[in-house]
Amino acid sequence: MNSNEVKYTREHEWIKVEGKLARIGITDYAQKSLGDVVFVELPDLDRELKAGEVMGVVESVKAVSDIYAPCTGRVITVNEALLDSPELINQDPFGDGWMVEVELDGLDEELLSAQEYEELVKEEAE
Amino acid sequence: MAYLPHTKEQEKAMLATIGVSSSEELFRDIPPELRLARPLALSPGLSEKTAWEQIGALAEKNRHTGRLISFLGAGAYEHYQPKAVKHILARSEFYTAYTPYQPEISQGTLQAVFEYQTMICELTGMDAANASLYDGATALAEAALMAAEATRRKVILVSPLLHPEYRQTLETYLHGRGIRIAEIPWEKGVTQPAEAEKLLNHEVAGVLLQNPNFLGSIEELAPFAQAAHKAGALLVVSVDPVSLGLLADPGQCGADIVVGEGQSMGLPLSLGGPYLGFMGVKEKYLRRMPGRIVGKTTDRLGREGFVLTLQAREQHIRREKASSNICSNEALCALSATVYLALLGPQGLREVGNQCLQKGHYAKKCLSTLPGVTVPFGCPSFTEFVVKTQEAPVLLNQRLLSGGILGGLDLGRFYPELKNHILLCVTEMRSKEEIDQLVRIWGEKA
Amino acid sequence: MKEQLIFTKSVAGRKEGYLPPLDIPEPQQVSLPDWARRKDTPRLPELTEMDVVRHYTRLSQLNYGVDSGFYPLGSCTMKYNPKINEDAANLPGFAQLHPYQPVETTQGALQLMAETQKALAEIAGMDAVTLQPAAGAHGELTGIMMIMAYHASRGDRRRTKVIVPDSSHGTNPATAALCGCEIVQIPSNPDGGVDLEALKKVAGMDTAALMLTNPSTLGLFENQISEIARIIHQAGALLYYDGANMNAIMGYARPGDMGFDVVHINLHKTFATPHGGGGPGSGPVGVKAFLEPFLPKPVVRYEMQDGRYILDDRRPLSIGKVKAFYGNFGVVVKAYTYLTVMGGDGLKAASEKAVLNANYLMSLLGRDYHVPFAGPCKHEFIVTPKNIKETGVHTMDVAKRLIDYGYHPPTIYFPLIVEEALMIEPTETESKETLDAFARALCKISREAKDDPGLLHEAPHNTPVSRMDETAAARKPVLRWVPYYE
Repeated sequence: MNSNEVKYTREHEWIKVEGKLARIGITDYAQKSLGDVVFVELPDLDRELKAGEVMGVVESVKAVSDIYAPCTGRVITVNEALLDSPELINQDPFGDGWMVEVELDGLDEELLSAQEYEELVKEEAE
Repeated sequence: MAYLPHTKEQEKAMLATIGVSSSEELFRDIPPELRLARPLALSPGLSEKTAWEQIGALAEKNRHTGRLISFLGAGAYEHYQPKAVKHILARSEFYTAYTPYQPEISQGTLQAVFEYQTMICELTGMDAANASLYDGATALAEAALMAAEATRRKVILVSPLLHPEYRQTLETYLHGRGIRIAEIPWEKGVTQPAEAEKLLNHEVAGVLLQNPNFLGSIEELAPFAQAAHKAGALLVVSVDPVSLGLLADPGQCGADIVVGEGQSMGLPLSLGGPYLGFMGVKEKYLRRMPGRIVGKTTDRLGREGFVLTLQAREQHIRREKASSNICSNEALCALSATVYLALLGPQGLREVGNQCLQKGHYAKKCLSTLPGVTVPFGCPSFTEFVVKTQEAPVLLNQRLLSGGILGGLDLGRFYPELKNHILLCVTEMRSKEEIDQLVRIWGEKA
Repeated sequence: MKEQLIFTKSVAGRKEGYLPPLDIPEPQQVSLPDWARRKDTPRLPELTEMDVVRHYTRLSQLNYGVDSGFYPLGSCTMKYNPKINEDAANLPGFAQLHPYQPVETTQGALQLMAETQKALAEIAGMDAVTLQPAAGAHGELTGIMMIMAYHASRGDRRRTKVIVPDSSHGTNPATAALCGCEIVQIPSNPDGGVDLEALKKVAGMDTAALMLTNPSTLGLFENQISEIARIIHQAGALLYYDGANMNAIMGYARPGDMGFDVVHINLHKTFATPHGGGGPGSGPVGVKAFLEPFLPKPVVRYEMQDGRYILDDRRPLSIGKVKAFYGNFGVVVKAYTYLTVMGGDGLKAASEKAVLNANYLMSLLGRDYHVPFAGPCKHEFIVTPKNIKETGVHTMDVAKRLIDYGYHPPTIYFPLIVEEALMIEPTETESKETLDAFARALCKISREAKDDPGLLHEAPHNTPVSRMDETAAARKPVLRWVPYYE
């Protein structure tokens, strides 16, 4: 994946936009800080997401974290493979570990570029 | 007596090691103005012998159900506890342990809880159960919060025939969360499913019923389940587990969450606590369950064993986003119920249930032959039932008490519309002779 | 050693009979309508009494309790549980009381409750106490609900924020959230106390309460407490005391005198009632007089007019009921028995020795472990392993290795503000010999960390199971037994 097409949130979600569609997941940094993911709760199909609201939850043995919607729009696909194999998020967060696809209505205004996100991660790691 | 081991010499040596001259110095960080300048105004300590005599005397001031013939139930039931239960509970490896955070040295508690969870699932017809909650009332409140969370809705429909104290607890718990409670009308001793259907809409998170209900009547659960599910709401049922050897399990009737008070599984009455809240849920809601849960897994050598699991839901990780704040539960009471059920087995539990059913009906029938006593509700009942009297319940109960009988609950206390109605309870503990004695004394003119 | 699940030992048709046969003549018996009847049989085990007794006896042998050995679990106060307490709770005059018996038949029990309330109020410096909450977290819930009811009764509905320090127990924020409050977390200062500047910044017209424990979760007395109370009260908010660490200060200082308005007390910690493998506990709540009207219903008190104890239900400002009936009475009986045996002097001695033991053990460990906060500590303290980077041995490994030496590990990785924390609370009932031996074991473990770290990574070695795969347990939860044929 060319990471230039991808935008990021401060809460460590990524969003990849292709025309009217967008795919959402959590970043490699996020999966690493959580540790072994044991469970994901994803939004229902057809739910109208609003940018910035909590759309799901991801859990490891010792931590739990909300997933924030990086955009406004309707959920058209959820990655059901994650329900049985949440470890995909650890193995391939930008690929098979994707979470939902959304019919886009608008992006969160404060999304970060790849470079900005990299800086954020560097800061947090310190 | 104070259970303190150090000799004077040892204490001196310890202070020297720390590098202070007296233990007073160890409290020097408490600002002087905050120090309590006087001794605590409590009685001086006693020898164990003297203390035991005093406490024994206090206990003797009470008239207990071992010396009275009790027909009092209403959420706390006298059942026979096989003697072996107490002996297992007295194993101090169980009762002096903390929550099983170290699985390597807690397999006893963990496996017992796993067995308990299995038994609760078997009885209720649910897929998963937690390790216990405080009591039946808080278990119902937690279930209501769960239903609201799962549906993201804000109204709970309740049967007015829930235990009134459960209802009050529910109100206290829901208050802070801004969840509204609405009542389903009742008639002829049972909650009306047709009325529930009218009230169900897209705002309703769950329908809460009790079975048998507070009046002892058996509710038909299936129509409520259908109506609730049609509206996208959950059916939550609070049950008496001892009835479940005999009565249809709520899972079979379509319930989504089953809770209840486990005291009837052989726990002592103990003036209302400690009791045992239990909760079972359908698979779909497993990860929304509050409280501790034990799961099976393997260790690094592949050996099977048990651990506390799904802890990410809990307060110590999720903090303000936790579904509940519960930590300590009623583990030892759950162990008690587990041993009780293991000793009784399926046939024993069914026998207890059948004796409660038959004796309750026998007492109801006998009392209904007395002049001035009527049975207001014709529906099937279990263990408990309601009669209406002409005599004021308070006076009647005083009369019974002087005959060594603990009478039923004056329902007017909770239901103004049920003035002069009494809720009676007849478990397997009562013999036919004792029931006949109740009827005889009741029938004697005041 | 391993014990099969009880279900796999079941033999169809085996049973014990505990009841006489039904004595209601057959013609008088009834049958249930079809819709009400259970169709299947629950798969409970079918066994003899001996089968069951052996099974649970063996399970008990896989456990470790205070009666098995030293249990220095920080913030849990695992002191010895005197046996007289158990026997007292089992007396028929207490154990066989129905909660709805007329009060004239339960005067002894109500007197016991009233006297326990009075004693706890005196120890905590409060004016009134309820015994209703079933555990510490339940006490917190009750306390915060009362605080919210108090603010609401004054028409002050803006107060929706509860402040907690970052070192607080997870229950504090979870409780506040259950009451519909927003959480504001404030940082600790370098000494582990409250950062006063941070507190001043957040305390305001929207603050409902500050929740605090003193001594803190680091085992240190918060000596700025008077100033904290002033800031909070000036903001119009109330001060809540989490009584988890009460065992350090009985007879020395009282939360009420420090400015706290609401206190919860854990009878299963400070007052020697057993933990039961996770409960039942009891979490009484004490309040200052102005909060008394908000106590949960009913209130146990002596009615002068009638010359007897009553259960008072007529309380219009009460937050309502927090559970059915009157609390975990059986646990209260145990605590009352402990109070009776100990007396005021005994309780003060208990706190004194608890603090002595903690400081002594901390001194013994200072050479081989880091002590991030210098003493004197109160009833508990924190150490962390040295040279973690070089040895690769973490707190978890030290804790697990302690099991091999026959000890229950301390609380680990808490509080969150100290990395790799081992939080040790020896309690007053442990002897010098036990503390010496425990310190020797920990010192030996610190040498092992250098010489043979693998030994620690694989610990414990002699238990029926070693470290469990918690990830697998949470990914594919197996929460109940099912027969193989399914």
